[in-house]
Amino acid sequence: MENFEPEIVAFCCHYCAYTAADMAGSKHIYYPANVKIIRVPCTGKVDTIHIMKAFEKGADGVYVAGCLEGDCHFKNGNTRAKYRVEQVQNILKDLGWEIERLEMINMSAGMGERFASTALEFTKKIKQLGPSPIKIINTEKHQQVAD
Amino acid sequence: MKTESRLEKILASGNLAVTSECGPPRGALPEKVKEKASLLKDHVDAVNVTDNQTAMVRMSSWAAGVIIKQMGMDPILQMVTRDRNRLAMQSDIIGAYSLGINTMLCLSGDHPKFGDHPMAKGVFDLDSVQLVQMVKKMRDEGKFQGGADIQNPPKMFVGAAANPFADPFELRVMRLAKKIKAGADFIQTQCIYNLDKFEKYMKMVCDRGLDKQVYILAGITPMKSAGMARYMKNKVPGMDVPDEIIKRLAGVSKEEQPEEGIKIAVESIQRLKEVNGVHGFHIMAIEWEEKVPQIVEKTGLFPRPVI
Amino acid sequence: MITAEQKPLKEIIEYISPYDRILLVGCNECVTVCAAGGRKEVGLLASALNLNCLKQGRTIDIKEITLERQCDPEYVEELVSEIDRADAILSMACGCGVQTIAERYKEKPVFPAVNTKFMGASVSQGIWAERCQGCGDCLLGITGGICPVARCSKHLLNGPCGGTSNGMCEIDPDVDCAWRLIWERLKALGMEKRYEEIMEAKDWRPAGGGGPRKIVREDLSL
Repeated sequence: MENFEPEIVAFCCHYCAYTAADMAGSKHIYYPANVKIIRVPCTGKVDTIHIMKAFEKGADGVYVAGCLEGDCHFKNGNTRAKYRVEQVQNILKDLGWEIERLEMINMSAGMGERFASTALEFTKKIKQLGPSPIKIINTEKHQQVAD
Repeated sequence: MKTESRLEKILASGNLAVTSECGPPRGALPEKVKEKASLLKDHVDAVNVTDNQTAMVRMSSWAAGVIIKQMGMDPILQMVTRDRNRLAMQSDIIGAYSLGINTMLCLSGDHPKFGDHPMAKGVFDLDSVQLVQMVKKMRDEGKFQGGADIQNPPKMFVGAAANPFADPFELRVMRLAKKIKAGADFIQTQCIYNLDKFEKYMKMVCDRGLDKQVYILAGITPMKSAGMARYMKNKVPGMDVPDEIIKRLAGVSKEEQPEEGIKIAVESIQRLKEVNGVHGFHIMAIEWEEKVPQIVEKTGLFPRPVI
Repeated sequence: MITAEQKPLKEIIEYISPYDRILLVGCNECVTVCAAGGRKEVGLLASALNLNCLKQGRTIDIKEITLERQCDPEYVEELVSEIDRADAILSMACGCGVQTIAERYKEKPVFPAVNTKFMGASVSQGIWAERCQGCGDCLLGITGGICPVARCSKHLLNGPCGGTSNGMCEIDPDVDCAWRLIWERLKALGMEKRYEEIMEAKDWRPAGGGGPRKIVREDLSL
């Protein structure tokens, strides 16, 4: 697992985090390629099932990046997103997963550097946590077959 | 006279009645009942025997009542509607009466949530008003609640509780009127600390002429300490403890607080004796029964009349 | 409506652990409105169960279906085409729905995925509160439209008890004293006199004391 490169899904709001990612790109600020960005019109559009499906499909970590609290373009989409993230964290907890694999993050459109540093830190954290529990068992299985 | 109840006779004779309370033990300890009751023996007309008070399991009210009866004293059977349906209540009433108990107090009871079995299902088949109605019907019509005749119906002197201090205040006299209409012969009130408010309540009671239809016994509980007063004020639902009482208790040393508490109780009784419509006192000295004789003596209510 | 809440995942997982093919059935009525067992919750539960199996390195086949009304045999019939492909049924409907399925598909085990709670109304977004206990003999006409059976913690018909403080119930300062509400309503309606009429002991037979209840409408029977 030393060479573990996590797959991370970031649901990014068009009005803030996605623009911040753009800015990071245009300023050539480095952030890890592990983070796969999904642009959403507002984090309020991210439903619990979307996050669950990301994990089902093998994501090692997921984060939802929305506007700063009180700054949602649609009033309270980011607050809804926060509650949904908590709901999925509860499910993960019940299933015996680390809830740190999922996080709600807030930033504004101008925070290119924050976008990059967040991506970096989150990737680091997931690297420490190791692969998703789904992957671990499947890797073990493969090894058993190989043995 | 509606019944053989000593309490009824005392009240009918125009004397101020004195009752007290005995919480049965949490175990098969008949000696405990005797111990507590003997502290009260010559100083009260009757002793309330609580029914799983604060929703904690205790020796049944009628069993402890019988022990007290055997000591030559007069128990008041408390009965809450929380733990039994109308079948069980009526059979217990007949049973208690068959063993010599002729006075009872009808209550709805504390919610199970407060006790040691919060997971229990509260029965509440009847409420306290309907329980009063049922006991009266058993006595006066000789009929069970369901309508069938009773052979040798139990003749219970029927009491009910009143809390003059719970919200909404304007409903308190109306609810009392309802209990009287249902058939309550006597009323024991919640502990009184706010005497001004109680006097206001009694004025409303008298204005409606309710004092002529029911005997009201004012509830008195001596405070052991300022801490107890604070607890009663903040933690006991429907209790009105004015700040002056707490201040007064806190104003003396810890060792003197029990004495001060007794003083307050004595002063309250002296003042309430003069209030129109007050027919006696119900002194609930919680786990402090030994102080009841002293209070009764200091307020000139001793010796108790022999009827 | 009938309200419900999803059971703990652990309990659900235990129920279905011996089975590989699950028919997960939601209901489009009450449990959809209270977000406990509608199409969306069916999807979410399926995903969680799937994640759990993946973690154990096994696969599970979950077929998601949400019926129009699970307490109605007509709609439950729609499962016929799916039933053979399932080892067990997991129902997200209220207890009525679970039993309708159990009665129709006798050969398949059916498990509840929600706890049916109470008959309630929506107080505000995301909050439901008990309003009716189905006592079968409605008193609302004489209690100012507020039910003492469902809303007084002691079901007192001649309340309030001595435990009210600041207009709230003694069991919880967040619970309104039903009798305070009734009194305020009666006052507002100019019906104070009604308060002093004693409400007689209730006949609990229509409330279920007479055994399981049933309504028969011959005019509607085929």
